[in-house]
Amino acid sequence: MTHIIICLLFLVCELNHSVTSVFPESSLLIMLGFILGGIVWGADKAQTFKLIPTNFFYYLLPQIILDASYCMPNKLFFSNLGAILIHAIIGTCWNAGTVGIALWACYEGGAMGNLNIGPLQFLLFGALISAVDPVAVIAVFEEVHVNEVLYILVFGESLLNDGVTVVLYNVFDAFVSLGGPKINAAEIIKGIVSFFVVAFGGSFLGVVFAILISMLTRITKNVQVIEAGFIIVLGYLSYLTAEMLSLSAILSITFCGVCCQKYINANMDEKSVTTLRYTLKVMANGSETMIFVFLGVSAIDKNIWVWNTGFILLTIFFVVIFRFIGVFFLNWILNQSRLIPIDITDQFVMAYGGLRGAVAYGLAALLDEKKIPEKNLMLGTTLIVVYFTVILQGITMKPLVQWLKVKKATHSDLTLNGKMNNRAFEHILTAMEDICGRMGDNWWTRHWNYFEDKYVCWLLLKSDARKHKDPIFGAFHKLNLEDATKYVTEGERKGSLDFIRNYDSASVDFKKKLALEYGDITPYITGIDNVPVTSVMKNPIPSVSLDIHEQDRKSLPDKLSAHHLLDQHLYKSRRDNRPTYSRSHYNTSENPDEMQEIFQRTMRSRLESFKSAKMGVNPAKKLSKHPKKDSTHKPNGKPADPHRTHPYGDEDFEFSADSASSSEIAGHFHRRSTNTPGAGVDNPAFIPEMDTSPPMRNPPWQTETGNNTAVAPSQRAQGRLPWTSTNLRHLALLRMSTRSTDSFVMADASLDEEAPEEKPGTHHTRL
Amino acid sequence: MGSTSSTLLKIPNVEVLMQETGFSPAHMIRLHDRFKLRCLFPQDFGAIKELAMNPIGDRIIGAFFCPGKETVDFHTFVKILAHFRPVDKNRPKEPNSPEPINSRSNKLRFAFQLYDQDKDGKISRDELLKVLQAMLGMQVTEEQLESIADRTIQEADLDRDDAISFEEFRKVSPEILHSRCFIKV
Repeated sequence: MTHIIICLLFLVCELNHSVTSVFPESSLLIMLGFILGGIVWGADKAQTFKLIPTNFFYYLLPQIILDASYCMPNKLFFSNLGAILIHAIIGTCWNAGTVGIALWACYEGGAMGNLNIGPLQFLLFGALISAVDPVAVIAVFEEVHVNEVLYILVFGESLLNDGVTVVLYNVFDAFVSLGGPKINAAEIIKGIVSFFVVAFGGSFLGVVFAILISMLTRITKNVQVIEAGFIIVLGYLSYLTAEMLSLSAILSITFCGVCCQKYINANMDEKSVTTLRYTLKVMANGSETMIFVFLGVSAIDKNIWVWNTGFILLTIFFVVIFRFIGVFFLNWILNQSRLIPIDITDQFVMAYGGLRGAVAYGLAALLDEKKIPEKNLMLGTTLIVVYFTVILQGITMKPLVQWLKVKKATHSDLTLNGKMNNRAFEHILTAMEDICGRMGDNWWTRHWNYFEDKYVCWLLLKSDARKHKDPIFGAFHKLNLEDATKYVTEGERKGSLDFIRNYDSASVDFKKKLALEYGDITPYITGIDNVPVTSVMKNPIPSVSLDIHEQDRKSLPDKLSAHHLLDQHLYKSRRDNRPTYSRSHYNTSENPDEMQEIFQRTMRSRLESFKSAKMGVNPAKKLSKHPKKDSTHKPNGKPADPHRTHPYGDEDFEFSADSASSSEIAGHFHRRSTNTPGAGVDNPAFIPEMDTSPPMRNPPWQTETGNNTAVAPSQRAQGRLPWTSTNLRHLALLRMSTRSTDSFVMADASLDEEAPEEKPGTHHTRL
Repeated sequence: MGSTSSTLLKIPNVEVLMQETGFSPAHMIRLHDRFKLRCLFPQDFGAIKELAMNPIGDRIIGAFFCPGKETVDFHTFVKILAHFRPVDKNRPKEPNSPEPINSRSNKLRFAFQLYDQDKDGKISRDELLKVLQAMLGMQVTEEQLESIADRTIQEADLDRDDAISFEEFRKVSPEILHSRCFIKV
């Protein structure tokens, strides 16, 4: 019943975005919990709904962590791992220690009146209140769009500090049981050792489970419907196993999610991946809602409240102060050796974002009353600290972030030039950062990549998945496939595969069809033009008068429309950094379509420049059909230069049959490079690929190079396709993920299943 | 970390470089470590996936390579990166010294060179069109593109030669904020 109410109210809140932009959801939910608690209290005179620690730790928390770690931006996480670990370990210890000692000092000074507490209990309390809570961090930071690095630092810290918290809690708990005098060096050393065991053991267990999951997804091809279920179950199993072994369960499930995401995403079908993501989000959202509501409900319980003003106020004060001190100090140390130092404003947000949440409450509720007589006081204080951080800090976080950041220039005043240049600069700077970053692949990254390539992928990825690993190659491949399918669809549309029967004379005139102008495509000029223009297909173009004066005469709306166009359509740069993890939004990147578009355009232009570079190199050669290499990586829908005067229409890939040898590759490369000095970029992933790909299987009687009359290429599907009857089957797709509904192509898909196996292992031959 | 001075010495002409670019020794060492004595080929840049996601990524890569050279050496690399250091606000104005690489006008010049592919010192309408094409989404029609290009030239072109020279470029780009002009190396 409560759940239904919760869900309904959750929906209501979700709909009312104006509210949620001021109050983060979590605070609303807590307040909702207050109301609900009040209702239940009024009805029952006792709080029947409380947040029982067992429920929390076993049923509500794991899915949140699993969701968070599965969607974690790995690269960012691991590149900042050092900073995260330092904050998690040292920061948490510092917080725990100082809060505990400060409170004890105040107690000794008499600020709290009479309590039945010893110093160890203060330390225990300090330990449990020091943990930054991942749930709260996610909930609050989602509304506030801070930059990626900052987000990952706080978030990563909140995840990883569990190792420390658990250890500290257990150690101090044990100390409290032992009593003061019995603590000696041995115990302390045991404590420190236990930290290592718990933390590393938990992480190791998580990794083991990640390996298990990845291997499992290799073989679940026939049960794809429930693949997602396996992963959730195994993830949860890693959590439970760690709990059972008294290791850090949160760390275990975190590393399980973090390590396996790459491999299972590659292994599983897209649908399964989507299912998994959504399922995890639903579960995590639900859990989070319940946690916060219960946090609110738990407050309305007369039994637990022991009010001690001094204790409470001092706790809040110390928690905040020591968090700030700790963060600033640690960041100062880190900045000495970080390549990109952390801003002061970022540091401030980091410190302010140290939110306590349900984990602290859960740990407090687990306290043994017999050992710790003041349990209720601690519980109450914990609740108040949680409310303070989540509600107060949550609400003020957003205005604070906005206030601290430098105001951006108002765009309305910019000229067209200004807008364009600003955006261009952003792109340039992003590119520079990327170059620096990538060039700076350090020892660990390189060796890990090497190790991963050789061994890990062999073990964990399906054979299919292994081949598609390279994203650039993948994009390239996809582009070719698109071209091929487009070509075939056009051909079909033209009429009953006319072009098959009568290849010579079939004129699939794309130009007429698509009403594109080719006049402005500049021919490739060797060595000068780095970026040959790709005539990108846009809406059909009416003829346009380009007289500038005519434009002057046009009315004002025209000027506005130009501004408007720029505002609307300029590609966004990555400098607007947003956290890539969001509780409610599925997109992993800001504008995946835009990214995809840019990526494809770049690939296309590189493709063209590469091919055009090849033109001058390879004279027309007779092609030998190479059955072994008939794998379809490059069905040639490649755009070739449409100019009929250039005699290279068919030569694109007329490599000799045994061009697989690396000497040939090297030979090609060198020739190419001398041909086009500085001519832009060639992706190593596809240079050798192109060389060894099956040659454009032009029919034997097609070797005449001047044969461009037959097909006027569309800008998308230029060039010829190999289409002899045997080759047609290889026109099809490697993987039907491009969802071509072209029956022609579909029919060939089944024939094509064997083809992938033959892909030459050139994927790894890089120059 | 090893002795900085010995690492520093391994970099050829490091003194001259530091002078020209204004990088500190620590920066130079970091950059050098990152550069790792490789003469970078275009495909090293090409392998960076993020650059493929950048609409003008290929042009930027092209900017690293002087025409005729196939590789980038450390000198060029550092010099280009030096463009993007934060501007020294308190630089004393010495009339005879050449402008530092990271001055505003040199940054603008770098951007200008990205637009001006044929290196004739002017951004012609065609070049502008190409840049706009690269930076704008595919929903924009040719007609719209051309109208934007025309308007842009109109705004900037003071001597009515239908092209934007560097001086004109500078004049219309005062608004580039400092916060956008540098990266932290």
